[in-house]
Amino acid sequence: MTRLNLVILVALLIALPLSLLAGRVWLDPFHPTLANATVILVELRLPRALLAVTLGAGLGAAGGAMQGYLRNPLADPGLFGIAPSAALGAVISLFSGAAAWTLPVFALAGAGGAMALLGLIAGRESDGHSGGGSVALFTLAGLMIASLAGALMSLAISLAPTPFALSEIVTWLMGALTDRSWGDVALAMPLTLLGILVLRLAGPGLDALVLGEAAARSLGLDPHRLQLLLIGGVGLTVGAGVAVAGIIGFVGLVVPHLVRPFTDRRPSRLIMPSALAGALLLLAADCLCRVLPLVTELRLGIALSLIGAPFFLALLLRLRRGAGADAGLA
Amino acid sequence: MRGSPDMLRADNLVLPGRLAGVGLTLRPGEITAVVGANGAGKSSLVACLAGLLRPLAGAVLLDGQPLSALPPRHRARRIGYLPQSPEVAWDLTVETLVALGRLPWQGAALHRARATPDEDVRAVSRALAAMDLETLRHRSISRLSGGERARALAARVLSGEPEWLIADEPLANLDLAHAAALVRLLRRQAHDEGRGVIVVVHDLATAMNHADRVVVLEQGRVVADGPPGEALTNALVSRVWGLPARWLGEPGARALALDDLG
Repeated sequence: MTRLNLVILVALLIALPLSLLAGRVWLDPFHPTLANATVILVELRLPRALLAVTLGAGLGAAGGAMQGYLRNPLADPGLFGIAPSAALGAVISLFSGAAAWTLPVFALAGAGGAMALLGLIAGRESDGHSGGGSVALFTLAGLMIASLAGALMSLAISLAPTPFALSEIVTWLMGALTDRSWGDVALAMPLTLLGILVLRLAGPGLDALVLGEAAARSLGLDPHRLQLLLIGGVGLTVGAGVAVAGIIGFVGLVVPHLVRPFTDRRPSRLIMPSALAGALLLLAADCLCRVLPLVTELRLGIALSLIGAPFFLALLLRLRRGAGADAGLA
Repeated sequence: MRGSPDMLRADNLVLPGRLAGVGLTLRPGEITAVVGANGAGKSSLVACLAGLLRPLAGAVLLDGQPLSALPPRHRARRIGYLPQSPEVAWDLTVETLVALGRLPWQGAALHRARATPDEDVRAVSRALAAMDLETLRHRSISRLSGGERARALAARVLSGEPEWLIADEPLANLDLAHAAALVRLLRRQAHDEGRGVIVVVHDLATAMNHADRVVVLEQGRVVADGPPGEALTNALVSRVWGLPARWLGEPGARALALDDLG
């Protein structure tokens, strides 16, 4: 394990138990006065903290891998259309008023559908003439899937049968970790861990791609295998995340940026630290949502965008001023 | 004759609109310059030789075996390829960039005949030394001059220690001195290290003075092939490039004079 990974891991291990104490009701570990402190801790805060860590890790890793694949610091895991497709599945579940437990199933089915579609596109025969296996074509296809899923979601919202369904859909889309249970952890954690593992397998291929597609192929890269690994890895991490928490933006975009200067900038070396830092960021952001004195709890997705957007603007301005080494070469 | 060892052979390569039946036998220890007007098929030919383009008809044979039958990773260990105007997506250090050339030797942990980390480190050091980059090892590539960058990219190919080194216009955008330095280093790879070096060049004087062999392409066909003095005759240059041209100077220091530019 590199020193960077170790540092973030230690920070995460310190932050995780601390985060359990914070919330609408503060828990004092030395003088437990509340009778139901154990219930709050074990049934409410622990699964929620574990979900934040899981989802943050998945989004961070997926973002790092996507930026490596597209050789662009502005890429994020939503670009392949997997997140919007998963959200579309969830919206359909909410729209039809089906039982609550169907929502993650529908969301995973949506993610799976997008993955299958991307897999079919990636599977086109590449003979070097037709452009099969090309990053640009593949990404455009992903963007089309994203925009189609987005349009269908808007359609569902505009056709919502009752105002209640409408507000439920809109609120759900904002992304949150409120009132999550151990069942959600059991669903998201294995899928996300598997996804991160798959993304790690894509590491050497992403490194080769640093040199451009032709040079990468001359180094023995199989572009289709890389695409399938990315579809699998991004699909599992992002699909699992949307299924239990809705759409959570910015983690996949910002975290790789924060981590990259501490690495040697090879994409393979970015995936693990991005996962760990994503976990830390989402855990901190969720704590913030819990403790802010608002009438209803701030939605996690909104909070991240509120913090993330100004941060990202500042980053872009600095990139432009400071010769923009990364962006300029991309 | 098929199956001659230690040869890279193009056998009647056809790519619609680009190559119209190219046959070539390349030998290790030689530097071969591929020249021709724009659109003559130079890049397509070297991409086929590197196994990146599959010809519609014909085949590329490496030691008598079709290149397309070789697993990509094995091919990558034997044939290094430097694309035209190579890009580097992130601001790596020179050393990290050069180490990317070791990828065909790394990969899956269970892979047989995988290089040890020590071998990787030594190969990277050798490649840096071969391209005179030892002092720039830790510099980021955004802070390199054009000439240094071209040498770093060439070192990336060398670190894979391929038997064949194929470069598509490595001298483009280099000034005279840097181009000469890179040519000298590439010649050394052919003559001292015994690699087969195949270079697409635009500057005919570079091909004339520094190559062991020149292949002239015209509309997807080889119209001349041999030692520079025999391949690049005044008559051939004048015909293929459509300008009355004649060589001046001594062998090894030739310059091309164009008689009729007015």
